[in-house]
Amino acid sequence: MTKLDRVTSRVVCFTAENVNTDQIIPARFLKRIDKTGFGNDLFADMKPPEVFGLSGARQRQIMLCGPNFGCGSSREHAVWALRDFGFRVLISTSFADIFSENALKNGVLIITLDAASHAQLVAAWQEAPHSEMTVDLEKQVISFSGLNIPFTGNSFSRTCLLEGLDELGYILRHEKQIAAFEAAR
Amino acid sequence: MQPKTLYDKIWESHIVVPESDAPAIIFIDLHLIHEVTSPQAFDELRARKLRVRRPDLTLGTADHSIPTTTRVLVASDDQMAYDQVKKLDTNCEEFGIELFGIGSDRQGIVHVIGPEIGATQPGKTIVCGDSHTSTHGAFGALAFGIGTTEVGHVLASQCLLQRKAKNFEIRIDGKLREGITAKDVILYVISQIGTAGGTGSVLEFSGSAVRDMNMDARMTLCNMSIEAGARAGLVAPDETTFEYLKGRPKAPQGAEWDKAVACWRNLKSDAGAVFDRQIVIDAATIEPMISFGTNPGMSMPIGAKVPLSDNEEMRRALQYMNLKPGEPLLDHPIDVVFIGSCTNSRMTDLRAAASILKGRHVAPNVRAVIVPGSYQIKQMAEAEGLDKIFKDAGAEWREAGCSMCIAMNADKLEPGQYSISTSNRNFEGRQGPGGRTMLASPLTAAASAVTGRVTDLRRMLNS
Repeated sequence: MTKLDRVTSRVVCFTAENVNTDQIIPARFLKRIDKTGFGNDLFADMKPPEVFGLSGARQRQIMLCGPNFGCGSSREHAVWALRDFGFRVLISTSFADIFSENALKNGVLIITLDAASHAQLVAAWQEAPHSEMTVDLEKQVISFSGLNIPFTGNSFSRTCLLEGLDELGYILRHEKQIAAFEAAR
Repeated sequence: MQPKTLYDKIWESHIVVPESDAPAIIFIDLHLIHEVTSPQAFDELRARKLRVRRPDLTLGTADHSIPTTTRVLVASDDQMAYDQVKKLDTNCEEFGIELFGIGSDRQGIVHVIGPEIGATQPGKTIVCGDSHTSTHGAFGALAFGIGTTEVGHVLASQCLLQRKAKNFEIRIDGKLREGITAKDVILYVISQIGTAGGTGSVLEFSGSAVRDMNMDARMTLCNMSIEAGARAGLVAPDETTFEYLKGRPKAPQGAEWDKAVACWRNLKSDAGAVFDRQIVIDAATIEPMISFGTNPGMSMPIGAKVPLSDNEEMRRALQYMNLKPGEPLLDHPIDVVFIGSCTNSRMTDLRAAASILKGRHVAPNVRAVIVPGSYQIKQMAEAEGLDKIFKDAGAEWREAGCSMCIAMNADKLEPGQYSISTSNRNFEGRQGPGGRTMLASPLTAAASAVTGRVTDLRRMLNS
């Protein structure tokens, strides 16, 4: 997995509720058998002005999202599209379960904030939509327009991102336990 | 001993390495794969020079991008779909995985064929790169959707990294009224708890209304757990479950069967087991349900009026659907009726549709497409003469596949068209760009096909 420790970038603010993976990448784009280039198909039908109406959207690596972002289908293509478009950090009050797993596995940091902190960031972004935000995973702080908002997350995911840990490698290091489990059935 | 939930029991019996700072490593008993979410996982395996650890616990089928007008895939019809399906063929061959590919008499929607062949069994952990894997929970199996990277993890290790979810019991007491199906129940549940109501949880459906359901209905119920945000839904196995599984090709046979059933009988939540959340629903209060918006939570009783758009999401949804707050949905004209998908394409669903369509005709301006969930179901339906009822009624009778639920093949809505669909998602563009989906039961879909308008199926019962 690609390492991620600190990201400094301008921000997209697209806080619609329940943005689903069909909106992130419609099913007709899922016939490809590789993982690259899906960024061109991101939000292909929805075309939210919050993203495409913003200057330099593809250079913005951080997105403030709405609640239950990534709900719906398990398609990892949704994360491939976001990642390929340029996003490395997504900040919301909640994410769908499968989407969160897929994001982590592609080196995309998911930050879940309480509603008040999230609202603070959105309000600050509206004042300064072209300012840079810094997300520091080591210190677990989001810095933007004079705000310093702490975040938490599970330590394993944090280690995975900070060290670029390969999850499959981690599982396969437990070969002995897996074999013992199989033998006991 | 502390009482446990059904989920607790299945979870604990599959722990290879317990949860710590790191997620648990859990063992997977059955891995279902299909053409859309597996090719990149096999590429990863090849790149790392890994083998499939347990091809014997892996099963493949092609369902998403295949046509449903024919059982042959022709490159010139859709080159990308052809390449994707061929890739599944070669991957399964290279890694020694059993495949029910296009043309096979066991082919079908992945969540229809797993149970049908008896591979889906109580107490198993089951995963697939598809969010509707929750369907298999109807058998008391812990079944959930995973992403493609995780498909690779399971292929290589037969294991997954997982954190334990919360327990959420949804008890449905009493009896459903005539004409009310599992589809109405699950749409009602989602309309109550919302599309994120089950996030982080495993739903266990219990209560007398669930006990009274056959396996097809329980699958419909669990199928849409994901639409409430829950990765998995569960129904404790019982005699109905055992009767369904007995004699199926991959079910245990002979003495093994008796041993298995004895184990399966323990798979239920203990009296006094603690759930993180519980809701109780009176089955008799559930009406035929229909969705009016762009997520399954935006559903209401069919006779209700479209609610006020009190937030931006609702305003956007109603604009997309071209509906106004306060407007009734009954008698709203429709263009297409789709009966099919992993939610509602089994014999119970087809028989329900046929009970309405028998001796009636689809309205002149409506296109009705009926897509069985598997080739086996197609054969069974034809043996019962359902195909004749459908064709006489003017409906299209297709080959098995996901079809217009996901619109990856030629089966799709035109922009602006309204469909009544028995599938699971009414997302913007789900059935084709610009298409407008109203989710409902097969009975409601069939009744509406006849009138060409959103119709209360109860009008057509016993008449």
